[in-house]
Amino acid sequence: MTTAVGAGPVLGADDRGGERLWWLPWLTVLAVLAALEALSRSGAIPEDYLPAVTTVLAALVAELRDPTFWLRVWETLQAWGLGLAVAVVAGIPLGLAIGSNRLAYRAVRVLIEFPRPIPPVAVLPLAVLLFGTGVEMKVYLVAFAAFFPLLFQALYGVQDLDPVARDTARAYGLGPIARFVWVAVPSAMPYVATGLRLSAAIALIVTIATEIVVGSSGLGYAINEVRYANDIALMYGIIVVTGVLGLVIAIMFRRLERRVLHWHASQRQELPA
Amino acid sequence: MLEVTQLTKTYGHGPSAVHAVGNLSFRVEPGEFVCIVGQSGCGKTTLLKCLCGLIPATSGTAVLQGRVIDRPPDKLALVFQEYSRSLLPWMTVRGNITLPLRSKGIDSTRRDELAEQALTAVGLVGSFDRYPWQLSGGMQQRVAIARALAYQPEILLMDEPFASVDAQTRADLEDLVLRVRDEFDVTVLFVTHDIDEAIYLSDRVIVLTPPPTRVREVVDVDLPRPRDQIATKGLPAFTRLRAHVFELIKRPADSAGDELSEQHTT
Repeated sequence: MTTAVGAGPVLGADDRGGERLWWLPWLTVLAVLAALEALSRSGAIPEDYLPAVTTVLAALVAELRDPTFWLRVWETLQAWGLGLAVAVVAGIPLGLAIGSNRLAYRAVRVLIEFPRPIPPVAVLPLAVLLFGTGVEMKVYLVAFAAFFPLLFQALYGVQDLDPVARDTARAYGLGPIARFVWVAVPSAMPYVATGLRLSAAIALIVTIATEIVVGSSGLGYAINEVRYANDIALMYGIIVVTGVLGLVIAIMFRRLERRVLHWHASQRQELPA
Repeated sequence: MLEVTQLTKTYGHGPSAVHAVGNLSFRVEPGEFVCIVGQSGCGKTTLLKCLCGLIPATSGTAVLQGRVIDRPPDKLALVFQEYSRSLLPWMTVRGNITLPLRSKGIDSTRRDELAEQALTAVGLVGSFDRYPWQLSGGMQQRVAIARALAYQPEILLMDEPFASVDAQTRADLEDLVLRVRDEFDVTVLFVTHDIDEAIYLSDRVIVLTPPPTRVREVVDVDLPRPRDQIATKGLPAFTRLRAHVFELIKRPADSAGDELSEQHTT
C-alpha cells in the first residue's frame, strides 16, 4: 500500500569523483549521434522516420527564432510552475500536519489513500468540463498529479522522526510547536526534497500530455501542430526541447536539494575529525 | 533531591504484561554522584524515562526537589548514549546547545553566554559553528554534555553515555564528567553496565536485579577524591568493591522472590 520513496536523494557517487574521465559520457553521446546521422544519410532508415541529426538541429535552430515557439515554452512552464506551486503549498503543510498527529493520520488515512492511485489523465475529461481548455485546466491537473507525492513524502518524513531526537526534545522541555518547527520539520526535509523532485518531473509529464490530448496551448500542442504539418524534423526538435526542459528542472531541484540538505548524510562531505 | 518511592512500570495488560520495573525505591542526595548498574535489559532505560517525565510510571512516585515528576522537569538534563541521534544534524553545535534554552525563554545573548561557558568546560570552545557530524564520537558526546550543562540543571541524568566510545576516550570523558560536576555543582545520576566505571565515578552504587527490577543493594563507595584513573583503580578498596558489585550482579538474589528463580550461573 505504501510506495514511499526513501529519503536518500539520488545522487550518483560518480558525480563528484571521476574528474579525469569527464569526457567519456560525452564521447558516447557523440558516437551515438554520429551513428544516427550515418543511418539516416545512408538511407538505412528512411528520413521520414528518422531525419538526420543535423536536419533536426537545423529545423530547431530556425524554430528558436520564432517568438511563437517561446510563447509555447512559456505556456508550458507556466502551467507546470503554477500547478506545482499549488501542490507544494497544499501538499507539504498538509502532509506535515497529518503526519505529526497520530489521530489525524488515522482519521484521514483511507480518505487520502483512495484518490492517490487515480491516474491524472483519468481526471482529464472532468478537468476540461470544469475549467475548459485553458491554463486553469492544466494547472488543476498538474496540481492534482503533483499533490500526492508531496503529501505522502511529507507525511512519511514527519512520521520517520528518530525517537531519540524526539525524546531529547521532550526531555529538554520543548513544547509541541517548538518540536514541530525545530525537530520534526527539518527531519522530514529529505523526504520532502525527494517528493519535490518526483512531483516536478510528474508535473512536466502531465502538462505536456494534457496539451497534446486536449490541445491547449503549449509545447505539447506545438508537437501536434508540426505533426499535422508533417514536419518530422521539427517534431523531433520540439521533443528534444521537452527533454531539455525536464533535464534543467531536474538539475535545478538537485542543486536546491544540495544546498538545503547540506547536513544530510547523503549530501555532506565529512571533515576529518 | 530526588526520591524514588515504590516505582513500578508495566507495559501491557494481563498475562502478556511486561514488568519492566518492579517496585524500585532509592534516594539521591544533593551533590551526590550516584551510579545505577545492572545487567543489560534490567529496565535501566525505562527507569530513566520515568525519571525525566517522558513516560508515566504505572505506580509509585519520583519526586524531584519536592515536586512529583509528571512531565519533563526543567531542573533536569539528560545525556543519551546515542549522541549522534540525540544531537540534531541540521543544527550547528551552537544551535543544538541553545535550542533547549530558547524554550526556557532565555534571551539570545544569555543563551550564547551559557553555551560558550558549557562548551569551554568540555574543551570544545572552537567548535561553535561546526556541525555535530563533523566531529568525532567523543567530541559529539562532549557537545551533548555541554548541552546538558548549559541547561543549568540541578540534576544530570546520564544513560550509558560512554558505552559507544573507545576505551581511551571513555576514560577522558569519565574524568571530564567528574570535573564539570564540581565546576557546575550538579548532582549526577549515571546509568551504566560497566562496574569499573560505576565505582570509579560514584559516591554510591545502586545495584539492580534483573526484571522486574528492584534494588539489590546500595553500595557506598568511600574511595578518596579526586579520583585518578590509575591510582584509584589500583587501590585495594577499589578491587574489593568491584568484586562485591560483580557478585551482586552475577549471583541470583535469594531475597528477591520466585520471579527470579531462573537458572543463573554462579
